Amino acid sequence: MNKHLLSAADLTREDALSILDTAAELARVTDRAVKKLPTLRGRTVVNLFFEDSTRTRISFEAAAKRLSADVITFSAKGSSVSKGESLKDTALTLEAMGADAVIVRHGASGAPHRLAHSGWIEGVVINAGDGTHEHPTQALLDAFTLRQHLGELEGRRVVVVGDVLHSRVARSNVLLLHTLGAEVTLVAPPTLMPVGVDSWPCEVSYDLDEALPGADAVMMLRVQAERMNAAYFPTSNEYSRRYGLDVRRAGLLADDGIVLHPGPMNRGMEITAEVADGPRSVIVEQVTNGVHVRMAVLYLLLGVADAPEEAAE
Amino acid sequence: MTAADIHGEGTGAPAGARVLDADDISRIVGRISHEILERAHGAHDLVLLGIQTRGVPLARRIATRMGEIEGVPVPVGALDITMYRDDLSLRGARPLHATDIPAEGVDGRLVVLVDDVLFSGRTVRAALDALSDIGRPRAVQLAVLVDRGHRELPLRADYVGKNIPTSLEQSVRVRVQELDGVDEVVVSG
Repeated sequence: MNKHLLSAADLTREDALSILDTAAELARVTDRAVKKLPTLRGRTVVNLFFEDSTRTRISFEAAAKRLSADVITFSAKGSSVSKGESLKDTALTLEAMGADAVIVRHGASGAPHRLAHSGWIEGVVINAGDGTHEHPTQALLDAFTLRQHLGELEGRRVVVVGDVLHSRVARSNVLLLHTLGAEVTLVAPPTLMPVGVDSWPCEVSYDLDEALPGADAVMMLRVQAERMNAAYFPTSNEYSRRYGLDVRRAGLLADDGIVLHPGPMNRGMEITAEVADGPRSVIVEQVTNGVHVRMAVLYLLLGVADAPEEAAE
Repeated sequence: MTAADIHGEGTGAPAGARVLDADDISRIVGRISHEILERAHGAHDLVLLGIQTRGVPLARRIATRMGEIEGVPVPVGALDITMYRDDLSLRGARPLHATDIPAEGVDGRLVVLVDDVLFSGRTVRAALDALSDIGRPRAVQLAVLVDRGHRELPLRADYVGKNIPTSLEQSVRVRVQELDGVDEVVVSG
């Protein structure tokens, strides 16, 4: 496994399965009275969030704390970043504090990569979402959730719908699901499909009703109004009519087909409340699974031997 | 120990020697089963927990034997201590195994931990920590197939299959039918 987790493409099939299997064992710990494990005692994990996030930040924080790491949360608001401190100076400060892992969310695509490869910090860098680029732990928790319901993902068909252009979740999911052997179809209006999508390892469609029948899962993406500086579709009504998931469309899925959404949802826009709260929805499970998957990532990335491993166990 | 292969110090068994075969191991399982039952005055509040990985089949065998002796099933489970190890920065992350606690739980019961080899004692230390996060047993005892010495912690086993003096350079490999297709203990190196 690579030292850092910057992109879902960093993960081989073996790495990904190792994370998912570890997460599955860790999930069982949450069934018991004492949920904490002593594994990362004495390690420091920094949550470095330059962009607003509720669930990802809380999820990483819970994961680190359940492994007994010390967690420092650093959000841009109320920090020296708002006084104009650069990524480099922030990184140097964290390094001086002895961070073993830095979990970074940044509005600029590539910021985690810069942090990992600049030599500013020694610790492990985990990408918690960078611009419109990647969000690998989201893809891992989605894969974990899919696996829980569908078993192995080899040959399974997953439809990813919506604002692909602004979605780091879509890119990471396409890469990871492809690694795991699933077939992915992206569905979006042409204006919300990124340039170069034809080189991604997936199918592309502009018609949701054509892509859904028989699919094992559908993943709805949030329409990211805050990133939209132009008119990508005429009205939200028209968007919902063509690309929104309602009960009729959810019924086109395979019998055991499931509905995912990375959250936060725009109810009534990309997904109706009826589907979001319906029997096929696994959206709440995704949040729970996020903690297990992030525990697994922290354990596997921080558990790198300082000394060469002895020949015999 | 979770590992089948451990280094030791001193002198003792000749290298490459099979020190226990399938019949020896079967007799040891029988004797330890009787010893545990004798000291516990029966199986009424016993729970056996095998330490992953090779402690688990041994615990199951002891539980089965006890069931035959007492005529009542004895709860048996598995304990994975990977997340409780103290050598993460030395050895790195290892794959996890399942922890299965019997439905009866461990609270107020006599828990017997079962492992294949007792060496530094660090695995047992980790197992005790893991156990205390699961519940509060009335008492905890330790049964091992092989005690090879070289303790680094103040721990001892309550039931020992065989004491095998070893040197630190030697390795003790326990193989069990369920995982390795053969029952034997070999000292090498």
